[in-house]
Amino acid sequence: MPGPKHGKTQGFAKPKDAKGTFRRILGYFKPYRWQLIAVFIGIVLSSGANIAGTYMLKPIINVYILPWVGSEKPDLTGLVGQLAIMAAVYTLGIFGTFIFNRLMINVSTGTLLKLRLEMFTKMQTLPISYFDKRTHGEIMSRYTNDTDAMREMISNGLPSFISSGIRIIGVFIMMIVLNPILTAICIVMLVLMSLVTKLIAKNSSRFFKARQESVGKVNGYIEEMIEGQKVVKVFCHEQAVNARFDELNEELRRNTAAASTLGSIMGPIMNNLSHVTYAIVAASGGLLGVAGIIDIGTLGAFLQYTRSFSMPIAEISQQANNVLSALAGAERIFALLDEPSETDEGKITMVNARIAEDGGLEECAERTGIWAWKRPDGSLTRVRGDVRFNHVTFSYDGEVDVLNDVSLYAKPGQKIAFVGSTGAGKTTITNLINRFYDIQQGEIIYDGIPIKEISKASLRRSLGMVLQDTHLFTGTVRENIRYGRLDATDEEIVAAAKLANAHYFISHLPEGYDTVLTADGANLSQGQRQLLAIARAAVADPPVLILDEATSSIDTRTEAHIERGMDSLMKDRTVFVIAHRLSTVRNSNAIMVLEHGRIIERGDHDDLIRQHGKYYQLYMGMFELS
Amino acid sequence: MIRKLFPYTKGYRLKSLLAALTIVGEVVVEVNIPFLMADIVNIGIANRDTGFILQRGLMMILMALLSLGLGMLSARFASVASAGFAKNLRGDLFERVQAFSFANVDRFSTASLITRLTTDVNTIQNTYMSAVRTFIRAPFMLVAATIMAVRISADLAVVFLFALPFMAVFVGIFAVKTFPRFKAMLSKIDAMNASVQENLTAMRVVKAYVREEHEDEKFTFSAKEVRDYQIKAEKLLVTAMPLAQYVVYICMVAVCYMGGVHIIGGKLLSGDLISFISYIGQVLSAVMMVAMMMVMLVMSKASASRIAEVLDEKPSINDDEADAELNVNDGSIEFDDVSFSYSGDEGNPNLEHISLRIASGETIGIIGGTGSAKSTLVQLIPRLYDATSGSVRVAGHDVREYKLDTLRRSVSMVLQKNVLFSGTIRDNLKWGDENASEEEIEAACSAAAADGFVKSFPDGYDTELGQGGVNVSGGQKQRLCIARALISKPRIIILDDSTSAVDTATDAAIRKALREELSSTTTIIIAQRISSVMDADRIVVMDEGRISDIGTHEELMQRSEIYREVYISQQKGVA
Repeated sequence: MPGPKHGKTQGFAKPKDAKGTFRRILGYFKPYRWQLIAVFIGIVLSSGANIAGTYMLKPIINVYILPWVGSEKPDLTGLVGQLAIMAAVYTLGIFGTFIFNRLMINVSTGTLLKLRLEMFTKMQTLPISYFDKRTHGEIMSRYTNDTDAMREMISNGLPSFISSGIRIIGVFIMMIVLNPILTAICIVMLVLMSLVTKLIAKNSSRFFKARQESVGKVNGYIEEMIEGQKVVKVFCHEQAVNARFDELNEELRRNTAAASTLGSIMGPIMNNLSHVTYAIVAASGGLLGVAGIIDIGTLGAFLQYTRSFSMPIAEISQQANNVLSALAGAERIFALLDEPSETDEGKITMVNARIAEDGGLEECAERTGIWAWKRPDGSLTRVRGDVRFNHVTFSYDGEVDVLNDVSLYAKPGQKIAFVGSTGAGKTTITNLINRFYDIQQGEIIYDGIPIKEISKASLRRSLGMVLQDTHLFTGTVRENIRYGRLDATDEEIVAAAKLANAHYFISHLPEGYDTVLTADGANLSQGQRQLLAIARAAVADPPVLILDEATSSIDTRTEAHIERGMDSLMKDRTVFVIAHRLSTVRNSNAIMVLEHGRIIERGDHDDLIRQHGKYYQLYMGMFELS
Repeated sequence: MIRKLFPYTKGYRLKSLLAALTIVGEVVVEVNIPFLMADIVNIGIANRDTGFILQRGLMMILMALLSLGLGMLSARFASVASAGFAKNLRGDLFERVQAFSFANVDRFSTASLITRLTTDVNTIQNTYMSAVRTFIRAPFMLVAATIMAVRISADLAVVFLFALPFMAVFVGIFAVKTFPRFKAMLSKIDAMNASVQENLTAMRVVKAYVREEHEDEKFTFSAKEVRDYQIKAEKLLVTAMPLAQYVVYICMVAVCYMGGVHIIGGKLLSGDLISFISYIGQVLSAVMMVAMMMVMLVMSKASASRIAEVLDEKPSINDDEADAELNVNDGSIEFDDVSFSYSGDEGNPNLEHISLRIASGETIGIIGGTGSAKSTLVQLIPRLYDATSGSVRVAGHDVREYKLDTLRRSVSMVLQKNVLFSGTIRDNLKWGDENASEEEIEAACSAAAADGFVKSFPDGYDTELGQGGVNVSGGQKQRLCIARALISKPRIIILDDSTSAVDTATDAAIRKALREELSSTTTIIIAQRISSVMDADRIVVMDEGRISDIGTHEELMQRSEIYREVYISQQKGVA
C-alpha cells in the first residue's frame, strides 16, 4: 500500500476535453449570474472609458486647442467642458474597474469554496481502494496545484480575456475610424508579432518540459535524501550523495536558464516590437500629415491606441497558457468528483435499544449498552457480535487472491486471533468485516445478517478498530480520545484513558488532557499513541472490537500492565486480534494461522501447540534457545 | 538577509551586472522614442519636411530595435544569472543538510527541510530574476520618464509632483495594510491543506469510526476561513489599484488642460503634448511594477528567512580535530560516566551516568521499556549524537578522536526507522560497500535471511525498489537493511530493534548467522523480545535512562525484577 508521499510536480498536461470542462465550470457560476452580469458591465465600462478617453484627445487637440493657437483671448470653456467629460468618463471607468474586480472576488472565492467542499465531501465517500491506488501527494495536488490554477483562471484569466477582447475590438474599431491606412500598418505589424510569438512558443515547450523534468528529478532526490538523511549518515554516504546531487543540480541549472530565457524574452520582444510599430506609425502618420490626409489630433490619439493595442494581445497570449493548464487542473478535479462513491445498499441500521417490559427489545435514544439491528420493517434483533465467514475469497486487483476460501466464525464474546507472516491476509480479513473492501465470493454473516444488508455507517459503528498506524488528529488529547464517540463526557474520557493505562502519561503532559497534539501526534512516542488509540476505541464502546497490531509498539512489560484494562475492554465483546507477538494472542478462544490467504491451522493455544504445526514452530522458534 | 545570500551570486556576478546594465540601456533608449515622435509632429509636419520625417522615423525604428536587442540580452543574462544563483544556493543548502548531525535534523522536520530546499529556493530564484531586471527597470523607468517629461515641459511636469506623492501613499497603504492580510491568508491556506493531508493519512480511522461528517464540518470551517481571509486581503487590493490608476487619469486630464493652455500661449507644441501623454503611461506602469515588486519582496522575505535558518544552523558534530591516521583497531566499546540530553539541558538528561565496558567480539543485548533510552545509548557509539558529558570510547580512543568516516565505517548501525532508496536492491546493498563482490552481497543477504525472497523476485538483485518498483514488506525491508549493514564488514554492528517485523523463526536464523559468521564482530542487539537477546553474552537492562542491571539471562532472571517481568509478560501461557 502506498505510504504518504510528497507531491510530485506534475508535467505539462493539456485538457482532454477543454470545451466540456469549460462548460462544467460555467455551471459553478450559476449562482453568481447577476453578479457576473455586473462584472461584465464593469469590464465594458472600464475598457470603454479607456478607449473613449484616448479618442477624446482628437477633438481636444483639433477643436479646442489648435484653433486658438496664438489667439490673445482664447475661449477655454470648450476645452474645460471637454476635459470635464473626459474626467467623467474616466471616473466611470474607474468605477467599473472597481466593481468588476470587487465582484470577481466574490465569484472566485465562492466558486473555490464550493469546489473545495465538494472535493472534500466526495473524498470522504470514496472507497479505501481509491486511496490505495494513489499517493497522498497526488490527491493533495488536487487541493493545491489544481485549485490554484483554477483560482488564477477565474480571478485573472477570464476577466482579462474578456477585457482584452473588448479592448482589442474597441481599439480596432476606433483605429479604423481614425485612419484606415495606419490601421493597416498596425495589422501587418500585429501579424509579425504573432508569428514571432508562435515561433518562440513552438521552440520553448521543449525547454519547459526539460526544466519540468529536471525540477521533478531534483525535488524527488531532495525528498528522498532528506528523508533518508540519517541512513546516509550512518553509511557515510554524504560525499556520494552530494556528488549525485551536483550533477542533477547542474542539469537543472542549464535547463532552467534555457527555459526561463525563453519565458522572459517574450516581454521585451513584445514591448519593443510595439515600439517599432509606434515608430512606423509615427513616421507614416507624419507623411500622411504632410499630405494633409491626417490631422495632428487624430495622429495623437492613434499613437496612443498603437501603444494600447499590443498590450491586450500580449495578455491574451500569456493567459492562454494559464487557462489551458487551469482547464487541465479542472479536469483532474472533476475526475475526482466523478469517482464512484462507496456503494451502500444496506438498509439495516444499528440503534440503541433497551429491554421492554414484555421482555422484548424497544428502540431508544440514549445509550444503554444494548444495541439492536433495525430492519426496514422496524423489527429489532439484538446485536450480539456473531460473525461468520462462509467460503470467502477476495482479491484486491481481481487477479491475485489475497484470501482463498476462508471460513471462520466468532461467537458472541469470543476472542479470535489471526497469526501469520506479513502479507498472509490478516489485515485483509478485518478490512472485509468492516467493508473497506467488498468480497468477490462467499459471504460474511453478522448476527445472521449478510453484512451487505447492513448500512456501512451502522456496520462500522458497531466495530471498534485500533490500527497499527495510530493516526491522531491535530487537537487536544481529550478531543483525540473523544473521536471515538463525540458525545462522550469528560469523565468517560478519563475512564477510557485509565482503562488503556494512558491516564498516567497524559496527566504528566504539560497541559494534561488539554495538551495539543501536533503533526500526527509526533510529540508522543509510538507506544503512547497506541495507548491513546486504545482509549479512543474504549470510549467508542462498540459491540465488536478489531485490534490490528494494536499493541505492537508497546513493550511487553507495559502491555502486561495494561492487560487488566484490555481484558475489561474485551469483556463481553467479540474481539478480532491481529498480532505478531504470540504472547498477545495466547489467551484467545481461537487462533487462526494464515498462510498465503488460507487458514492452515485453527484452534486455541493448547490445541495448536498439540498439533505441532506451523503455530508450534513459530511459538517454539521464539524459545528455541531455552 | 541580502548579505547572507550575496555570496551565492559567485560566478554569476558579471552576468547579473550585465543584466542590470542592459536593462538600464533598454530604458534609456526606450524613453527617447516618444521624444523623437514629438519632432515628427512639431518639425516634420509643421514644415512639411518628408525627408526629416523619414529620417526621424528610421531613427525611432533603429532605437526600438536596439532596445529590443538590449531587452533580450537582459532577459538572457538575468535567466542565466538567476538559474546559477539558485544552483549555488540549492547546492550549498543540500551539502549543509548532509553535514547536519542527527540533532540538527531533529530541530527541523524533514518536511520543512524539503520545502526550504525546493519551494523556498524557487521563490528566491524568481525574486533574484526580478531583482536584476524589474527592480532595476521600474524605478529607473520612473526616473527616466520623469526626466523626459521635464525636458519637454517643466511646467507640465509639475503635475507629477502632485501625483507621485499620492501614488506613493496608495502604494504605502497597500504595502502596510495588505501584506499582513495576505500573510494571514497564506497561513490559513496552509492550515487547510494540513487538515486535508491529515484526513488523507487517517482515512481508515475516519471511516472506521464513521466520522466523515465530523471531518466535513472541520474542513468546511477551515475552507470558509480561507475564503473570508482571501476576501479580506483582496478587497484592499482591488481598492488600491483602481485608485492609483485614477490618479494617473486625473494627471492626463490636468496635463491636457495645462498643455492646451501652453500650446495656445505658444509655449508648447502639440507633438510635445502627445509624447508627454505617452510618458504618463510609462510612469503609471512603472508605479504598478513597484507595487508588485513590494508584494514579491514580502513573499520572498519569508522564504529567505527560512533559508537563512538552515544556513545559520551549525552542524553540531564535526571531526575537524580528529586524527586522520587513526583507525578503529578492534570492536571494544567503553562508556565512561556518560550522560546525554537531547535538549542539551543537563537538568533534564535522557541518559544518566552510564558506565559500561564491552569487549571486542562480545554480543550484547539491550532490553528496556519504551522511552528507557536504549536507542539513545547506542547512537552515541557511531557519534550520531555527542555525549553531553563523559566519554564514549571505541577501541580505546574517544569517538571524537576518529574521523567520522573512519568511525562510522567501522560501526555499522541498522536504524529503527530505516529506509531503502529508489534504485535496485543491489544499488541499495552497495551502500554498505561500493566495491562489494557478488559473493559478498549474497553472503550478507544469506546471513540476513534476505536471499530467499530476493531471489524469488523475477529480477533478483536487480529488482527496482521504491516508486514504480516492487514494494517490499516491512520484514523484508528490515532484512535488506541488515544485509546492507553487514556488507560493510564492520568491527561493531548495532541492530536497533531491527527485526521487529520479522517473524520469530527468521529472527532466530539471522541471530544464528550473525553469531557464526561474525564471531569477531562486536554485536549489539536492541530488542523488545526477550528471545532476541537471551542468548547474548550479556544483557543490559535499561530503565528510564539508567542501566538497571547487566548480566546473562540466567543471572538477570534471578536478580532483575524488570527483566523477569518482561520475560513473564512474553512467557505467560506456556505450558
